Amino acid sequence: MPHAAQLTSVMKTLADPTRRAVFERIAREGEVAATGLVKGSRVSQPAISQHLRALRDAGLVSERREGRHNYYRVAPDGLGPLVDWLTHYRAFWRERIASLEALLKETE
Amino acid sequence: MSETHAIVVEKVVPHSPDKVWRILTTSELIAKWLMPNDFVAAIGHRFTFRTRPMGDWDGVVQCEVLSCEPPRLLSYSWKGGAEANPAYGSRLDSVVTWTLTPVDGGTHLRMVHDGFVFPGNKIAFEMMGQGWGRIGDAITRMAADA
Repeated sequence: MPHAAQLTSVMKTLADPTRRAVFERIAREGEVAATGLVKGSRVSQPAISQHLRALRDAGLVSERREGRHNYYRVAPDGLGPLVDWLTHYRAFWRERIASLEALLKETE
Repeated sequence: MSETHAIVVEKVVPHSPDKVWRILTTSELIAKWLMPNDFVAAIGHRFTFRTRPMGDWDGVVQCEVLSCEPPRLLSYSWKGGAEANPAYGSRLDSVVTWTLTPVDGGTHLRMVHDGFVFPGNKIAFEMMGQGWGRIGDAITRMAADA
């Protein structure tokens, strides 16, 4: 199902520490040019580009081109699959514990 | 650095801890409110819960009893998806803990399902802002490295 695939893709993407650092820096700074990311980091420009591409493909950042520069910001719904994952389990437990209560009542 | 999150459900039920304990630890009764299983209340016992397959997951939850102190504490590991989908993502390696405390007129029941590992640190997490509004109390603690 697409939901599970999305979750896997978000988690795989953020599992790489360097990529995660890039993501966090974008999150902190609001909007960042790719060139700006290269400046403040020990990671090479091609590596940064590759991480940005991966983040974009996973729906975690959005890209805007202005003149000769690409700007990146965090996509608001990018982390949604993680949120849904927890929501799913939360609903699951609520339902099951309601059944448990019903069963307790039955066996009065 | 990653974060672990837990789901917590708390209830006061008008029944004795002994009665709640029986429902939590008797295989046929567990099957009625949770899932088909081969649970035995003994530390180290390995068992499974079976549910319908979802996506890459075969629907089997692999568990092991970690603590069992009738009628107040029960916990078991809860691992799903590892065999069918070894990808970092959809695997869930977690622990479910039940705590029963006698209170006036019944039992305070607390269920904690812990081990939802989110990659990324606090900053990435805070970013979820709006998304977390939907979850509310699901986020209970932050754990160190996973």
